Amino acid sequence: MKYLALVYYDEKLMEQKSQQEWDALNRECIACVEGLSKDGHYITGSPLLPTSAATTVRVRDNRVTVTDGPFAETKEQLAGFYMLEARDLNEAIALAGKIPPARYGSVEVRPARELVETGNQAGGNAAEPVEEETGEAP
Amino acid sequence: MPPVSQAWLNELYQKESSRVLSTLIRLLGDFDLAEEALHDAFAAALTQWPGGGIPDNPRAWLVSTGRFKAIDQLRRKARFDVSYEDVAERLEAELVAGEEEEHGIEDDRLRLIFTCCHPGLAPEARLALTLREVCGLTTEEIARAFITATPTLAQRIVRAKAKIRDAGIPYEVPEADQLAERLESVLQVIYLIFNEGYSASVGDTLLRHDLAAEAIRLARLLCTLLPEPEAMGLLALLLLQDSRRAARVTADGDLVLLEQQDRALWDRQQISEGSNLVVRALASRRFGPYTLQAAIAALHAEADSVEATDWPQIVGLYDALLTLTPSPVIELNRAVAVAMRDGPAQGLHLIDSLLARGELIDYHLSHAARADLHRRLDRKDEARAAYRRALELVQQGPEQRFLARRLAELDVG
Repeated sequence: MKYLALVYYDEKLMEQKSQQEWDALNRECIACVEGLSKDGHYITGSPLLPTSAATTVRVRDNRVTVTDGPFAETKEQLAGFYMLEARDLNEAIALAGKIPPARYGSVEVRPARELVETGNQAGGNAAEPVEEETGEAP
Repeated sequence: MPPVSQAWLNELYQKESSRVLSTLIRLLGDFDLAEEALHDAFAAALTQWPGGGIPDNPRAWLVSTGRFKAIDQLRRKARFDVSYEDVAERLEAELVAGEEEEHGIEDDRLRLIFTCCHPGLAPEARLALTLREVCGLTTEEIARAFITATPTLAQRIVRAKAKIRDAGIPYEVPEADQLAERLESVLQVIYLIFNEGYSASVGDTLLRHDLAAEAIRLARLLCTLLPEPEAMGLLALLLLQDSRRAARVTADGDLVLLEQQDRALWDRQQISEGSNLVVRALASRRFGPYTLQAAIAALHAEADSVEATDWPQIVGLYDALLTLTPSPVIELNRAVAVAMRDGPAQGLHLIDSLLARGELIDYHLSHAARADLHRRLDRKDEARAAYRRALELVQQGPEQRFLARRLAELDVG
């Protein structure tokens, strides 16, 4: 038997963590994966970038439709996951459109991030401050 | 050779910045880096050209200067953060390899359009990003036109760029199997920009009119870069709608219905350009809903009066449109056309059956249309009740005033 463990958490709360707290948590995750691997329990998995980097794909009447992000309301629950190797989002959307349950529910396409001991951010790379958005002519 | 003045450079910026930017984004692989490089390149031009003269090919000079400036910038950043070193090295290697300019600059503009209109971005972000990156509007200008606070709009653009980078939205014209669906998203963005400028009754009218003009420019650019029938259909639709701009509102901002508009005010040049595009798009036999809507608009535009309008053909076009994109709003429009072809009673029957199905019950225009048809049948009480219902539902000032006027006229007439 195989089990898929899906991690859900409140992104807003996680983003409030300090860099030290976040790094400590990531180290715990790495240790956890190492432990599971050593015991032969671990097949594959990856932490994901936050929902701000997500795209949703649907197929209706043989047409692929694409929308920003996941649904705000949690009426649709995750039913499984495919780790896909794709050149970019366009290729990933094409692959996701071939997954049969896309006809009934939806497939959320989310880029994975590297699990490193230090330096990554709870908000992913997207959490950059607003600056220099005026773009005036010289 | 023109003198290198700030004004001359500003003009060059207007003309070339979007082109140079679109190529820099491809070469540098990053929106923010490319924007910075664009500004650095123009700043360099301002200091170097007055003394050294204008280069033979200013655009190529700006692209290559921007590229060097970006690499310098990354090298500076690499002193504090080594992760920039790899990017700088890769860009420098590409520079040495000289893989460049075989992609045409026009391809880069099309890539930029498809990236900014990617359906993976939030709809409102697509509009903002397209206006900023493709049309070259400033964030302030876009914020004013959309009556949004500048920081909100800036945040929307920052998020969209982060999504492009993080989710791996590619800088490419989609491949054949995705092109039709993606083109739809591009056309929708252009149409929404136009509508924002054309139909909204709040805000600075002049700025909003600019949005309509921007949308027409964009549609024209798209037709040049990708002459697909539906792109032509959209351009035709925008031109034909815009041709009535001078006639559709009074000096006081009151709405004038198509049948009461002074047709002498319609822009004949826009109408003939639009009509020609409709003919070309229809001839392709690969047309879609924009072309059909443009064909309907063309029939209105070419008629001398409401009575002289080819209503049977308009009903036929609505039938075709309904087959492609079934929608109660199109059914309502078709019902109005049927009323013109066969008489008010027939139109009324169609609208009443729409409402009986539970469609468009809260849509003011279905009640306004019912009211008008009752009025034409001289059923004043029914007309009055329907105008009142429409007035309860209407949002915009000019439409509200129009309905109130009609209601008042009933009691006089």
